[in-house]
Amino acid sequence: MRGAAGPTLTVVVAVGVLVGCGVTLLLERSLSRILLGVILLGNGVNLLILLGGRSGAAPVVGTAATGDLSDALPQAMVLTAIVITFGLTAFLLAVSYRAWYLTGDDEVPDDLEDRQVVRQAERNEAATADLGGEGPDADPEQVDPGPARRRRPGREEGPR
Amino acid sequence: MLVLLILHLVAALVAPLFVRWWGPRACYPLALAPAAAFGWAVARTPAVRDGGTVVETYPWIRQLGLDLAFRMTTLSWLMTLLVGGVGALVLIYSARYFHPGSLGLGRFVAVLVAFAGAMLGLVLADDLLLLYVCWELTTIFSYLLIGHSTERRSSRWAAAQALTVTTFGGLAMLVGFIMLGEHAGSYRWSTIVEQPLPGGAHLVTAVVLILVGALSKSAVLPFQSWLPVAMAAPTPVSAYLHAAAMVKAGVYLLGLLAPALATVGPWRPVVTAAGLASLLVGGWAALRQTDLKLLLAYGTVSQLGLLTVVVGAGTPDAALAGVAMLLAHALFKAALFLVVGIVDHDAGTRDLRELSGLGRRAPLLAAVAVVAAASMAGLPPLVGFVAKEAVFAAFTDRPVVVAGLVAGTALTVAYTARFVWGAFATRPGVPTTDVGRIAPAMLTPPALLAGAGLVAGPAAGALDGLLSPYAEVFGTVDDHLALWHGLSPALGLSALALAGGAALFALRGPLAPALARLRAPVSGNEGYEWLTRRFDRLAVEVTGATQRGSLPQYLGTILVTLSVVTAAALLATQPWRERIAPWDTPLQVVVVAVVSVAAFLAVGARRRLTAMLLVGMTGYGTAMLFVLYGAPDLALTQFLVETATIAVFVLVLRRLPERFSARPLRRSRWVRRGIGTAVGVVTAGLALTAAASRSAPTISDAFPELAVDQGYGRNVVNVTLVDIRAWDTMGELAVLVVAATGVASLIFQRSRTGPRPRRPEPSSTANRPGRPVWLRGGSTLEERRRSIVLEVVTRLLFHTVVVFSLFLLFSGHNAPGGGFAGGLVASLALAVRYLAGGRYELAEAAPVGAGTVLGAGLAISVGTGVVGLALGAPVLSSTRIDVSLPLIGDFYLVTSLIFDVGVYLVVVGLVLDILRSLGAEVDRHIEAAGRPDRALPVDRAREAP
Repeated sequence: MRGAAGPTLTVVVAVGVLVGCGVTLLLERSLSRILLGVILLGNGVNLLILLGGRSGAAPVVGTAATGDLSDALPQAMVLTAIVITFGLTAFLLAVSYRAWYLTGDDEVPDDLEDRQVVRQAERNEAATADLGGEGPDADPEQVDPGPARRRRPGREEGPR
Repeated sequence: MLVLLILHLVAALVAPLFVRWWGPRACYPLALAPAAAFGWAVARTPAVRDGGTVVETYPWIRQLGLDLAFRMTTLSWLMTLLVGGVGALVLIYSARYFHPGSLGLGRFVAVLVAFAGAMLGLVLADDLLLLYVCWELTTIFSYLLIGHSTERRSSRWAAAQALTVTTFGGLAMLVGFIMLGEHAGSYRWSTIVEQPLPGGAHLVTAVVLILVGALSKSAVLPFQSWLPVAMAAPTPVSAYLHAAAMVKAGVYLLGLLAPALATVGPWRPVVTAAGLASLLVGGWAALRQTDLKLLLAYGTVSQLGLLTVVVGAGTPDAALAGVAMLLAHALFKAALFLVVGIVDHDAGTRDLRELSGLGRRAPLLAAVAVVAAASMAGLPPLVGFVAKEAVFAAFTDRPVVVAGLVAGTALTVAYTARFVWGAFATRPGVPTTDVGRIAPAMLTPPALLAGAGLVAGPAAGALDGLLSPYAEVFGTVDDHLALWHGLSPALGLSALALAGGAALFALRGPLAPALARLRAPVSGNEGYEWLTRRFDRLAVEVTGATQRGSLPQYLGTILVTLSVVTAAALLATQPWRERIAPWDTPLQVVVVAVVSVAAFLAVGARRRLTAMLLVGMTGYGTAMLFVLYGAPDLALTQFLVETATIAVFVLVLRRLPERFSARPLRRSRWVRRGIGTAVGVVTAGLALTAAASRSAPTISDAFPELAVDQGYGRNVVNVTLVDIRAWDTMGELAVLVVAATGVASLIFQRSRTGPRPRRPEPSSTANRPGRPVWLRGGSTLEERRRSIVLEVVTRLLFHTVVVFSLFLLFSGHNAPGGGFAGGLVASLALAVRYLAGGRYELAEAAPVGAGTVLGAGLAISVGTGVVGLALGAPVLSSTRIDVSLPLIGDFYLVTSLIFDVGVYLVVVGLVLDILRSLGAEVDRHIEAAGRPDRALPVDRAREAP
């Protein structure tokens, strides 16, 4: 029974449920919920990776015939994934604590710069130009005095 | 040739050092690099004169078939002379042009020398891709040189414009090159040109793209706008890049490709139309400039247009006239730019309305300028005249083109006169311009260039012998270069152009209104500005429309795409009709049922703690599934991690509100659940597909044998981690260190590396004599937080647990365990110490910094790899060491155990860092919140209302 060639339906169901629930939580605004979603998603994906190798006896040489051992490669991958998920969990927890510490809740607000671009688009503006240094018209070594300067005479002296 | 390029590279690298030692005078030794190129080309003259070539090839990137292939023909010989000669003179000139201590001079000189090297590579390259690399190098160096005055906005603007326009052209050209190379089966131009190119739309497209590159580099309409703006560069740059060298790259490319491509459909119409338009528009614009440098810049646009027409024509006579014109233009235009630089440098202005009497004050300078200008106007006996005669002679059979050329030449004569008059005439009412003695180092370079033009004219016969091998590629040359052809139509056209130019100059007063009014409705600069602004606007619109700033929205988009695309693929191929086993053991069904219920409940939970515990339950359930699947190592790790996660979560939940915030998210709740369901179902489908679609035997079939033979361990998973795939583990350790650092930096408001918290002296009330002390840090806690049972149990168990963790570490090679599991067990022991005795107890338990532990772990892991490498073994491979100890007996040690010790330490360090941050430091925040004067912003805000 162990070491079935095809996928085991029960584990497939577990993958689906864990990923589905994880994604649902991931779409929330509260960082704690997002974090729980990441953990659920992580568990589901770990199982998914594990499904890539066959099941069987524990992969310790000598405890069973080599052909009956479960696949060790996905297990090694999942092992590192578990520990990394732990590191990520700790980091996200620190982020949500920090967010709460600064704003009183741990919700993810809209990205400020993105909102700024949206406002620029609504006002039909371009992105901020290079504004350092003096403008071309105030430059004593202005190199294109042709059209630009002559068309707007006295711009510097004009009413401001 | 490679030696010359390396010489330039070395010179460029040492240039900043030289400039620091010697100031601007460092330019003198650095001029030796381009001078060497010049000398080398002179020495190769005999080889090239008879139509021979000099070839050098070094293998470079075999996989791409890309070699460092250099080839010098007549055309590249001429360009090498110009690049090297003018480069050396410009560097000599720069030695006095710049003041000692000029800002950024080291960088400037280095880039100038590097540019000379790149330009040399460009003209010598035989491989089109190598040519492209050098081409873009010149673009980048030109960007740096134009933008030399980084503090001036006009300078940055000019540099950015030149970069944008020429890079755009360069990329188009690259596509053209690739199309051409793939078409012909080789990127070596000498190979492509030998075989007949099949025609067709493919070749036409390639030619158009290459022309875009060539025309943009040579500032020919419609790409001319960047060149006048680029006059923001220091004058030596203008003389070198924008007269003699870089802008000629486009013309050079036309000359190089014309023998094979001039007959391809769009080549001649495009080249002729764009060139003539530039010739006329540039000449007309030059007539109204008051800035001498700008006047020359527009003149250069005009002359480059002329060169484009002539060099691109692809007939023998035009080719000969073209290279002669190329030489003449480089000589007179570089000289004139250098003259303007001297005027600007010594008189303090280059505006012709402010200059007066300079001709009398600086007769030598005026003489040099007049000789160079005479060549530009095409006066005999200068080389400019010889070249212009040849140009007219080559086009006598095409009346429309000739009319354009004559008109353009008349404009050239007129702006040449305007230049000489503007720079050196005496103007009534303008104070005489005062110049001091002109430094010989500054006057010599333009004098040499102008003198060369004067010599080359009468020596037209010799020049013809040198240059005609290039023209003979196209066929037999009828009209050879000569100073005197007799009374030919060309002479008449020359006279006509001179007369027209003189008339234009004489009528400059009455013409002024027309000059001011008759101009393109949109200047090139404005066109560029309009176009880039449209692009900026488009970018803002697209970004604004797609990036709304909401994280759930972004995630939703990604996830919906994921599920729709994947679901469509799954439904279309239906790949899962394989054998599907319902379960490995029936126990799996029970576990999955529990996990699923816990997961569903976690989604709906309102309290943070409830949700966390439910998620933890799914974690333990997953661990059970690991056990049932035959993965004890995973199960062990998962159990430990889940426990640690819950502990860490609880540490933070102390501070966060009990319930999740109740935002009005109800509306979108079903959307979220819908997306979740869809992604879940699709992932399950993927799981079925992926697990059932193995077509090749897995590489891990060999792992058990590898583990025993080369890793000397029986636990395959552990040996995989520390030996077979140890690189992955190494990367993971780095991630963990980064995560730990991130956690600490988010929580600590002060330095983490400061002194560890020291236990305050035990107070007598908390610690009555005679009572046993279980944990020394326990007395620092408040009475109501203390649990004496926990303290006792901790005291009894801590050391046992640590020993157990070491056992897991050492036995992991042959049985479930290893560095990860061992490290997690030790971490949990520390966590228990912290929970029972507070932060002072944690400091007692681990009297080292978390950073030290992390660093030591990473260093040990990396160290094993490095030591192995130093001993000649592959990185991170294992060696078995047999040891025999008295009493204990024989045993063996595998070097990968040391790697595992590193893993162990990194895991302990990670958890220690988390406990210090989310535990101890948050404790401090809580204590501070209790005292009004030290309360945190968030606590103060809460208490205020």
